[in-house]
Amino acid sequence: MRRLSWFNTVSLTLGFAFLYIPMLILIVYSFNGGKLVTVWSGFSTKWYGELFRNEAFLDAAWVTLKVAVMSSTIATVLGTMAAYVMVRAGRFHGRTLFSGMIYAPLVMPEVITGLSLLLLFIAIGLDRGVLTIVLAHTTFSMCYVSVVVSSRLVTFDQSLEEAALDLGCTGFEAFRLVTLPIIAPAVISGWLLAFTLSLDDLVIASFTSGPSSTTLPIKIFSAVRLGVSPEINALSTIMIGLVAIGVIGASLTSKRAIAKRAKDEQEAIQ
Amino acid sequence: MKRFGLISVPYFWLLALFLVPFLIVLKISLSDTALAIPPYTPTLDLSQGWAGFTEWWSGLDMENFTWLTQDDLYWKAYLSSLKIATISTILALLVGFPIAYGMSRAPDDWRPTLMMLIILPFWTSFLIRVYAWKAILSQEGLLNQFLMNIGLIGEPLTILNTNTAVYIGIVYTYLPFMVLPIYSALERLDESLLEAAEDLGCSRMTAFWLVTLPLAKQGIIAGSFLVFIPAMGEFVIPSLLGGSKTLMIGKVLWEEFFSNRDWPVASAVAVILLLILIIPIVLFQRNEEKQREAGK
Repeated sequence: MRRLSWFNTVSLTLGFAFLYIPMLILIVYSFNGGKLVTVWSGFSTKWYGELFRNEAFLDAAWVTLKVAVMSSTIATVLGTMAAYVMVRAGRFHGRTLFSGMIYAPLVMPEVITGLSLLLLFIAIGLDRGVLTIVLAHTTFSMCYVSVVVSSRLVTFDQSLEEAALDLGCTGFEAFRLVTLPIIAPAVISGWLLAFTLSLDDLVIASFTSGPSSTTLPIKIFSAVRLGVSPEINALSTIMIGLVAIGVIGASLTSKRAIAKRAKDEQEAIQ
Repeated sequence: MKRFGLISVPYFWLLALFLVPFLIVLKISLSDTALAIPPYTPTLDLSQGWAGFTEWWSGLDMENFTWLTQDDLYWKAYLSSLKIATISTILALLVGFPIAYGMSRAPDDWRPTLMMLIILPFWTSFLIRVYAWKAILSQEGLLNQFLMNIGLIGEPLTILNTNTAVYIGIVYTYLPFMVLPIYSALERLDESLLEAAEDLGCSRMTAFWLVTLPLAKQGIIAGSFLVFIPAMGEFVIPSLLGGSKTLMIGKVLWEEFFSNRDWPVASAVAVILLLILIIPIVLFQRNEEKQREAGK
């Protein structure tokens, strides 16, 4: 087994300290009794209580969740279709434009995406609200989904699908019964990615939301612009906790699935 | 027919919600500013057919773009964004490379955990990660408290609301984008190459310069673009950590739109920003294609 040299040990320790200490500080100070976020004055959970009594935050959280569920679901369907087209459809008119439109939103500055969508919604007279945020989020996150799914589709053995077609499946049945189960992990990670991108987005949501559809990032941004607040620390701690549970849980499940598959294969051989 | 349906749904979605909006930005950037709702007068009137187009073409004055060159604010903001994005990219490389290198040298069974520790911050809210630095960098913040306690400084340093805070913010939030491509390049590196170099008389340092670094080159290039491109149009970091003197074009666009309500100028700012970014984006995609071909 290899051992780490002192240089690598130091750089890894410092690197991970840099990544994690700011978040740890944020979490620790969410349990601070005082109003100041930089002076420790005893353990307390009162900011969590304040947070759950804050109607404005709860409303915004609900809007954010609705937008994230809707946009990530539509984005997963559209993104998977787009990935299928990119990998399987061969040549068709406007393919270059299509692949350009898939990749461009990934690197487009958010301020430009937000501005252009807002100008579109105004041009067609669509009132800004939950619907416009969902449309905006779907558009940029479907591109991420299609990148994730197409990287799985490329390595997929196409003869399996052909076998299903030979055995009498219709095209859609072959997709549902053969292709989808195999690419499912990629589709699920695409959905999760779209979901977190939507939860996290401030800039595009600011451009496309109306007065009655404030999302949580917009609310957080306007609160922290003025300074630090222990309530935001409490909210951040909850969000960091949920993400950590989600990511660690997902990786443990996939690890177990891989281990189980390896065991099954082993047994099948014997 | 089915194939047509499969292609057309995502195609038309992207046409309607990505390409058309951008054409509208282009059109409004060429319009005149007006005190009205919406606050611009379109100069292109297609309802008159070809006559409307020729009239627009002859009256086209690029007024908003000339305005961008006349007011100091805009070109200073573009230059300052370039400077901030470049410095942050270099800093992210200096911080990120040793981490990626350490990860690639770590024992095999540590690697999945290290990998997850790098990816985990990426899943947590960007806004929260930027906000976390506010309490650390302020005058009475934890960094100053710490430095004064160990007696390194007598007076608190002003870091928050300066460009330094913006550099720290960008490096911190985009670090995973730098580490991951470098790590995946270094992970593929065959260690026998290094042994061969040492057998042939290279010192470890020379072997690093002559073998490791050239093989990590594409990872370094990919990581640098992944930090540079979003940093160029960054809005959240300069507005939360930067000061009133921190000029970045994303912030200017935002204020032009939301505070001054000057849509044509905001659109012109967006068009120029995109023209600047096209160069690194094209270079980035070339690098990716090269890598894909090398991987085959």
